[in-house]
Parts: sequence; C-alpha cells; structure tokens
Amino acid sequence: MSEWIATLIQGCLLGGLYALFAIGLSITYGVMRVVNIAHGDFIVLSAYLAMVPVAMLGVHPFVLVLPVALLMFGVGYGLQRLLLNRTIGPDILPPLLVTFGLSILIQNGLLEIFSADSQALQVGALSTASLDLGAGITIGAFPLLVFLVSLLLTLAISLLFNKTPVGVALRATSDDPATAGLMGIRAKHVYALAMGLSFALVAIGGVLSGARTTFTPASGPASLLYAFEAVVIGGMGSLWGTFAGAVILGVAQAVGAELNAGLGVLSGHLVFLAVLIFKPTGLFARTK
Amino acid sequence: MKPSRYLVERSTALSRTAVWGAVLAALVLLSLPWWGQPSLMRWAVEVMCFLVLAQMWNLLAGYGGMISVGQQAFVGVGGYGLFIFAQHLGVHPFWAVPLGGVLAALVAAATARLMFRLRAGYFAVGTWVLSEVIRIALSNLSITGGGSGQSLTVMARMPRELRESGTFWIACALLIAASLSINLLLRSRFGLALTAVRDSETAAESQGVDVAGLKFRVYVMAAFGTGLVGALYYLNTLRIAPSSAFDLNWVVAAIFIVVIGGIGTVEGPMLGVALFFGLRWLLADYGSWYWMAMGALAVVVMVVAPQGIWGLIHKKTGIELLPMRRRLRPIP
Repeated sequence: MSEWIATLIQGCLLGGLYALFAIGLSITYGVMRVVNIAHGDFIVLSAYLAMVPVAMLGVHPFVLVLPVALLMFGVGYGLQRLLLNRTIGPDILPPLLVTFGLSILIQNGLLEIFSADSQALQVGALSTASLDLGAGITIGAFPLLVFLVSLLLTLAISLLFNKTPVGVALRATSDDPATAGLMGIRAKHVYALAMGLSFALVAIGGVLSGARTTFTPASGPASLLYAFEAVVIGGMGSLWGTFAGAVILGVAQAVGAELNAGLGVLSGHLVFLAVLIFKPTGLFARTK
Repeated sequence: MKPSRYLVERSTALSRTAVWGAVLAALVLLSLPWWGQPSLMRWAVEVMCFLVLAQMWNLLAGYGGMISVGQQAFVGVGGYGLFIFAQHLGVHPFWAVPLGGVLAALVAAATARLMFRLRAGYFAVGTWVLSEVIRIALSNLSITGGGSGQSLTVMARMPRELRESGTFWIACALLIAASLSINLLLRSRFGLALTAVRDSETAAESQGVDVAGLKFRVYVMAAFGTGLVGALYYLNTLRIAPSSAFDLNWVVAAIFIVVIGGIGTVEGPMLGVALFFGLRWLLADYGSWYWMAMGALAVVVMVVAPQGIWGLIHKKTGIELLPMRRRLRPIP
C-alpha cells in the first residue's frame, strides 16, 4: 500500500516538472495559435547552456537558473521578432515548419558540439536528500523543490495574465489581434513577449530537469510530447487546468512504470488518448 | 476587337514535352535490372521510397492542409505488415507489400476521427504521439522480435536475381502508380474540392464540399501510400526494428523534401528528392552537418519563399511541367 502512495506522490512531483514545459507551450498556443515543434529542443538547449558554466567554472546549477531564464527570454523574444513573426498569418503551415526546421537544427547542433553522451547537472547532496513521511514513505527533496517552484511559477503566470497590463495585452491579442491593434497594442511585440515568457519557463524547466534526470541532444521531442499531452489533458485556456493535466500525466507515467518498467511512457500516452476519446475538450477546459 | 470565343485548356507545349520525357525516363528506369549493378538498384529503390513518401506527405499537407509529424507511424505499420504477412502468415513477400499498405490504411481509418479532434498544430503533435504508441507497443510484442526486431528470412528461399529485380520493379510500379494517381486525383472533381478546402474551409463548405469526409479520405489515402513505402523499404533492407521503422527521421525527410522542393506542387517533391539525395551525397562524411543544412534550408525557404524552390521557379518563369489549373486561351 505505502509503495503505491509513494508512486502517486512521485508521479505528482514529476507532473510539476511537466507543468513547467506545458505552460510554456500553452502560452504560445493561446496567444499565437502556433505550436512550437522545437519546444522540447529549447528545453534541452537550456540544460546544455547551464552545463557549460557548471563544467567550466564549477558553479552550482541553481545559480544559473535565473541567468539562463533571462538569456532564453531574450532568445525567445528575438526568435519571434526576427523570424517567426514573418511567418504568422492565416496559414499555420509556415510557422509550424519553421519551428520544425529549428528543432532539427538544434538537435544536430547539440549533437555536433556535445556528442550523444548523456549528461546531468550535479546538484550535490540535494540530489539524494529525501524526506521521511512515515509509514515507509520517503520522497525526494529535489523533486519536491521542483514541484514547489513549478507551483509558484504557475501562480505568478496566472497573476500576470489576470492582473497586469501585460496580461491584458496578451489576452486581447489572443482574442483579436486587429482590434487589440486599434487599442494601441502592437501584436508583433506581444507575440515576442509571449514567446520570451514561454522560453523563460522552458529554461527554468530545462535546468531543473537537467539536474533531476539525465539528458542527451535527442531528449527534446519526448519533452515536447509530454508538454503537449499535459495541455490536451488539462484543456485549452486554463493555466491551472494545464498544471492539473501535467500532474495527471506524471501520475499515469509513474503508475505505468511501477507496473512494468518499460511501460511508463506508454501509459501516459494512453491516458492522453483516453482523454481525447472521452473528453476531447480536456478535463478542465475554460474555453471551447 | 475582343475575342469572342475562348478555349479552355490545361496542357501546354512544355507540359506535353514533360509528359513524354517522364514516359521515356520511366522506360529507362524499368530497364535498369538489365544493365545496372545490384547496389545501384538498391539505391534506386531507396530514392523511389523517399519520393513516394514525400508525395504522400505533400498530398496530406500541401493539398489536404493536414500537417502531420507522425507519418512514420504508417511507414512502421506498413513495414511490420510486410513482416507479419510474409514471415508469419506465409503470404508471398511481394504480395505482402500491398497488404502492408492496406494495414496502414486500416490503422489510419481507425484513428482518423480521434486525430481530427485536435486542431491544426496540435494535430501535428497528436499524430506523433500515435506513432510513439504503436512503436512502444510493438517494442513489447515478442512475436515480432520486440525491441530488437527481426529479419525477413523467407526471402532467402527466393533466387537472388528474382528478389532484387522483383523489389526494384515493385518500387517502380509504386512510384508510377503514386505519381499517376496523385495527378489524376488532383485534376478530378475531388482535387478541385481539395484545393478549395485548403484555400478556405468555410468557403468550400458553403459551396457544398463535405470537408470532414474529404479530409478523412485524404488521410487514409496518404497512410496507404506511406504504408506501401514502409513495406517496400523493408523488403529492400530485409530487416526491421521498431526504432528504425518508427523513426522521426522518416517524416523529417518527407517534410524537408516537400518544403524545400515546393509544397502544394506536383513538381516540388521531385526537385526536393534530387536536392535531398544530392546534398546527402555531398555531405556524406558530415552526418549531423547534413541534417543541420537541411534544417537551415527548410527554415530559410519557409521564411523567404514559402512555395519552395519550384514555386520560385514557377513565379519567375511561369513554367508548369504538370499543370493542374485550367487557363483560357482566346481564339481569334
């Protein structure tokens, strides 16, 4: 029994990490109706960006979370402003295929620079520290920390969207960029902000995930799929729905892996398909 | 004086020449087993596989407006279909190839409604998940060799000559059939409806086009063609494993070929496949640099000239080798 409770808790904590990936994806889709196929590859890129100073200067990965997030915000903003904005229009094909091309570029670029060896960011004693909840249940301190960071960031993003002028601009542009333009909101700038925000979240998720498990240049697509599944399970238009979707996906994977080590990822996929069959709008959808 | 009568025509002098050129090229290709090396034949099969793969992706995305990143699902299902029918059920390997295509079409028909619940960009990623589900399921299935795959040992009973030329001619038949049927399809009423849907779903629907039914048929047709490619490819290599059959690189290749050549054009994939293999030959020693070059080229093409290289040539010169649209010619 206690084994299963531990599995459930582990799944929830894993879901916290996926939430960071998923909310980034959800923001860009919500504002621009574009899916960034390279989303997962930017997660991996962030982990490698942190790995270089860790290896060269010996700094702790946590010190790098904020600098990498700021850097990736700039990368996301610039990418949208200089490249992706040119492709946005009624046809979704160009932006999708540009991000697809970027995905292959990043994967192979990382492969060329860092080789296919799997890497990990060392966080010292924290990686093995655990909390004893009694009744034979222990949970890892680091996964718990990641979960709390994710929870706080979701709260912060939710406040940003609902309470600030930037949030109003983001929502207005999402609803109708032309009318928002009449109110003096520059869609191109707002799109770039949304992409920057998504990238900052991805960077935080990427560095934390790099410290939680190992990564290779080819790990990106899996992260994209998990982020996507979490968004669909949770339902469009709801940040907390996406967070809940990520937790459900994490639990599904943990339970699947407990049943059979090779089936963790598959059971996550199956839960996603089940939601698509029985509740295609997602479990917590706010908009249709 | 304004001309009072017009002639509606589709073909031009150039396009008629192009058709005769294509017939000639097909005849030369078909005679290859009498003068070519086995290695050249295997290579030609590979090129033809990629061309048909790209044509199918072009049909799906360029004409049907459905961008899928999961077509490797149907390559894999087609390939595994070949192994199941030929290796386990005793069907003649050559006949197992079309059965592999049918199996892929059935899987597509069964999952289409589900995938269509995802809109636009999410459809793309959804098809990818579907492919992963089938890949993992097959990796855990011991009959087909699990994760390490299996070999097509029944082919060893066939004389080598027959095996090689048979595989080659099946590839030729597939390429010719795919090219002809796509051309005829796009020229038909169905093709007109498809183009209308691609340009505006709402407008097409208001003119009485059954959008959902049309998309379903295109999705299943593309899966059938892609499944045939999978079956044929693994008839050529004689060994299959889930990781290679469901490799993302299948769709990466298809997308790059179509995008760089010219999406939504019949000529584009042909030009694209020539570039794809040409660049691969040039950059043979630089594995990841090759893929980076293709990725960069695709990005540049999408931003600068979304209609691809063929689209650019067409815009500059007005040339169409295989014209799809009709034009009016005044009769003096």
